[in-house]
Amino acid sequence: MYNSVFNNVLGLKQVLRLAFVVLVLSAFGLTSANASPVDTFEFSDEVTESRFHVLSKELRCPKCQNQNLADSNSKIAVDLRKNLYNLLQEGKSDQEIIDFMVYRYGDFVLYRPPLKEQTYILWFGPIVILFSFFLGVVFVLRKRSKLKANELDLSAEEQTNLNDILNKK
Amino acid sequence: MKSIIRFIPLILFVLLGVLLYRGLFLNPQAMPSAMIGKPLPDFQLPMLKATDKMVGREDLKGNIVLVNVWATWCIQCKYEHPYLLDIIKDKRIKLYGLNFTDDHSAALRWLKQYKDPYVFSIFDEQGALGLDIGVFGAPETFVIDHTGIIRKRFAGPINTQVWNNEFLPLIETIEAEMLQGKS
Repeated sequence: MYNSVFNNVLGLKQVLRLAFVVLVLSAFGLTSANASPVDTFEFSDEVTESRFHVLSKELRCPKCQNQNLADSNSKIAVDLRKNLYNLLQEGKSDQEIIDFMVYRYGDFVLYRPPLKEQTYILWFGPIVILFSFFLGVVFVLRKRSKLKANELDLSAEEQTNLNDILNKK
Repeated sequence: MKSIIRFIPLILFVLLGVLLYRGLFLNPQAMPSAMIGKPLPDFQLPMLKATDKMVGREDLKGNIVLVNVWATWCIQCKYEHPYLLDIIKDKRIKLYGLNFTDDHSAALRWLKQYKDPYVFSIFDEQGALGLDIGVFGAPETFVIDHTGIIRKRFAGPINTQVWNNEFLPLIETIEAEMLQGKS
């Protein structure tokens, strides 16, 4: 008896310890997911600095795919951030920098895909779907409003059944 | 008419299902390289084994040139290595290494330890050439044809299957083009 209680207590302790470990691990996981990599770039003016931040958010990391350059800590993202910084220091315009990246990595690096024949479905697809949805709603509502209660298409038998039900009260 | 409308959700569901099912088998890393069809950009970089000697585009001799991007920090490169030693037995190709953002002495040790499959390796410490050809990791292998045009970029390790399916057909195509150009 004592023994089993003791065992249970130990079990509880172990569970608590496990929960603590899980908690610590998840907290660690959370912070590491939230922490954005810190670079030590020095900017001579605020405009260039904000351009750096905008561009590193607009450009996608080619390796990690679902992160932009600003968020990713992969080797290539670090290298590309360094490169972005250098290009800004050289006085390149935003468009020149974007062209530089696209020439090497393709449209893939852009989080804002350009309007091209291949991307029409991407840009206009949602509008088309939304529009056809509204058309469908209008169509159904119109049809429904045409049906009036006394114009219900009931057979004689159905009509008497309906009357019976309504008069039962 | 009404019975057709009734089936529209099912049809849409099946279409969506087919689309998503296909998506499961796509390789997200297999991006088309933006560099395909473009000439290999020129570069001036030291050789890995003799850093005082600079090499450029014209030093990559051979009709069909393969440039393999590797580094000692790249685990898959280790997996790929024996296959590289194997593919250089194909005398139609010349294999060059691009040692990418790596530590010099570690890279030399690697070649000593695992044998050197490359005619020579370019030592790209800053990743300058890597950037110019759109490298985003290692291993990656580029195929450059006899006119200096990049024909293929393969991201990921080469093995026998990849070599047979992805590279050999292209090599044969280029060989045929070379014969046509001569006649």
